[in-house]
Amino acid sequence: MRIKTLLASAAALAVVPMLSACTENASSGGGDAKADARALTVGSSADACELSATEAPAGTLSFDVTNTGSDVTEFYLLGSDGLRIVGEVENIGPNLTKKLTVNAPEGDYFTACKPGMVGEGIRAAFKVTHSEDEQAVSASDQELIDQAQTNYRAYVQDQSAQLLVKTKEFVQLYEGGKDDEARALYPVAREHWERIETVAESFGDLDPLTDAREADVDFAAGEKWTGWHRIEKDLWPQDAKGYTALTSAERTTYGDDLLANVTELDGRIQATGSDALTYPIDAIANGSIGLLEEVANGKITGEEEAWSHTDLWDFQANVDGARVAYEGVQGLLEGKDPELAKELTAKFAALQSVLDQYRDGDGFVLYTDLTPADTKKMTDAVNALSEPLSKLTAAVTS
Amino acid sequence: MTGGRLSRRGLLGGGAAAAGVAGAFAAGRLAAPDPERVAAPAASYPFHGERQAGIVTPAQDRLHFVALDVTTEDRDELVALLKAWTDAAARMTGGGSAGPVGAVDGPGNAPPDDTGEALDLPPGRLTITFGFGPGLFVDADGKDRFGLAERRPEALERLPRFSADVLDPARSDGDLCIQACADDPQVAVHAIRNLVRIGFGTTTVRWSQLGFGRTSTTSTSQSTPRNLFGFKDGTANIKAEETEALDQHVWVGAQDDAKAAWLVGGSYLVTRRINMTIEVWDRQSLDAQEQFIGRTKGTGAPLSGGEEMTEPDFSMQGSAGPIIPVDSHVRVVHPDTNDGVRILRRGYNFVDGSNDVGGLDAGLFFIAYLRDPRTHFIPLQRAMSKSDALMEYLRFTGQALFAVPPGVGEGEYVGQALFEG
Repeated sequence: MRIKTLLASAAALAVVPMLSACTENASSGGGDAKADARALTVGSSADACELSATEAPAGTLSFDVTNTGSDVTEFYLLGSDGLRIVGEVENIGPNLTKKLTVNAPEGDYFTACKPGMVGEGIRAAFKVTHSEDEQAVSASDQELIDQAQTNYRAYVQDQSAQLLVKTKEFVQLYEGGKDDEARALYPVAREHWERIETVAESFGDLDPLTDAREADVDFAAGEKWTGWHRIEKDLWPQDAKGYTALTSAERTTYGDDLLANVTELDGRIQATGSDALTYPIDAIANGSIGLLEEVANGKITGEEEAWSHTDLWDFQANVDGARVAYEGVQGLLEGKDPELAKELTAKFAALQSVLDQYRDGDGFVLYTDLTPADTKKMTDAVNALSEPLSKLTAAVTS
Repeated sequence: MTGGRLSRRGLLGGGAAAAGVAGAFAAGRLAAPDPERVAAPAASYPFHGERQAGIVTPAQDRLHFVALDVTTEDRDELVALLKAWTDAAARMTGGGSAGPVGAVDGPGNAPPDDTGEALDLPPGRLTITFGFGPGLFVDADGKDRFGLAERRPEALERLPRFSADVLDPARSDGDLCIQACADDPQVAVHAIRNLVRIGFGTTTVRWSQLGFGRTSTTSTSQSTPRNLFGFKDGTANIKAEETEALDQHVWVGAQDDAKAAWLVGGSYLVTRRINMTIEVWDRQSLDAQEQFIGRTKGTGAPLSGGEEMTEPDFSMQGSAGPIIPVDSHVRVVHPDTNDGVRILRRGYNFVDGSNDVGGLDAGLFFIAYLRDPRTHFIPLQRAMSKSDALMEYLRFTGQALFAVPPGVGEGEYVGQALFEG
């Protein structure tokens, strides 16, 4: 239920960091001698940008960038036009070192250090020479990236719109005292929230108002509890000790508040023009990872739906969201790391088949019906998928 | 039985030499420590003194902590126990046995007054620290249990529940606590086991916690260790050498609380059992981990640059806001964002096996000593619960607050000023 720092900051960036990653996971091509020629160091001071070499053989290059100045610095590898960003590493504090790993085909480039992160930077020509073990960078990558971003944006907008419709319906039932129908709709409406949970959570102001659990609220400090789970407790009070049902007027207050916040969320998600949300490729991949993290942290433990015990609906919706995000970048991944793509596809299917065992009619069994052996089986399937999935962002951006 | 009495004290000579070798090995494993910062550790610390040992004492590597409830209603029995504990603690910290006779020198037809597992072991720099919980003064019904209610420090109340806490009552609170720290886990466990044994009939164990790998530095003679997230922990901790900061933030002052004159020169002790969701954390990218913490994983330098001890520059801007994120741990708990408040942390890593879905039941057993929980802990924890990005990977499963009386002089017993002052 907390803010995903990475998604929030990544979403705030208009620039799509193409083909770049600050990771050490990227495979280094060739033997030791060849690998050495591809391992470069950069010293970025206030007025100089010193590289250990001005050329390297094609393949996976790594730049260890050390900031020897006193301002924050950045390092770029730019295309021959001096505009296209092939790889970048940002936010290097004074006296710190960060690594840029980038897959560069033969050609002419520019390097740039940008002390203070302003201006053109200190530029120099850089040459990538022919190499036998050069990895072809597909010309269609950009197309795949564009397509993934467009599709993911459409998916988020569609889910958000459905969330708004179902929330309206739910609030009407709840405020109208139709409790059985409201209870039936609750997990179904929330599926749309859970499918795009990492995006919804990136709005740090709306998320706690909408999705805070009772245990998240610091009542001693005067915090108020509103949103889905406040209403959940009122609809499923049987597990609560000495619970006083909300009055009709209180129901209206909480119901209207939920609808207002979901409406505001949808407004931000559907925004166009300069307010439009963008989903860079790494944000999509991180979103997939983040949704599985939600499963491991909150759903598998039965903490999310403490009163209704409809955790498996959320679980399925998180997995849906993760799978859609993954499938959006799958084409790109297949070009870069086909083994990982194969593994992820298989592990998603395996997790789904475990979940399918707990279907009950249109929905799922309640969390309280699960045995420790059941949750162990689910945890194992989530771990089996999450571990390789955590490599997704680095793989699609390398 | 022939020959001299076999005691741990008698083995001190050989033991000290062994400790020296162990110390050299430990130093050799550190990543190129500054030689001047690795001082030769003492073989043992005295139990008696102006302050209780185990607070600013250079943090040892092992912990056994126990919280107990008092079962007697007889004040004299309680005082007798404190006297017995004081004697036993003084003996054990000096390398001796728990009882005056020892593990093997008593009559054959009676159980020994020491359990014996620490025979042949050096003192292991053992420290034993005692504290009093709110329940010792008044019980849950408000009853004055031992005529101490008028001396209950105002700040000594059960800690509130913080947001996102999943506190287990069976791992929280307690009328009394004993913290045993040592270089050797067997020495620490031996101490707690024997003190608990002495308390049977007067006290009952509420919960206990084993810890390994200190997660903070309480002396400039120590290098900064790492927690189970792999990050250096305790870089900015108050150190024993900072006497002014200790007076300001750790020791209870003469004017602090008129009702609790007995606590002057003592401190408050907060414990929090913090489970870490290890498996999920391990799947975070290096960049994400560093942004959660606000420091680099390698050297521990703040993201604003420099080396481990460089002060973080929170105003320095990165490409998308401050280079040290506003929700990073180092920023949320930094004195600059908390009215200058500092605490002395003395936490330990723990791994209590695995949970029922096969994950590590592991984390950090947080221990902090501070002058007043109302100013020095509660606001800090509240800020962390509310704003710290790290919270996503933490679960607080237990907590307790104790008042820790000042040190024990020769011939005195722990807490004497509370009962007789």
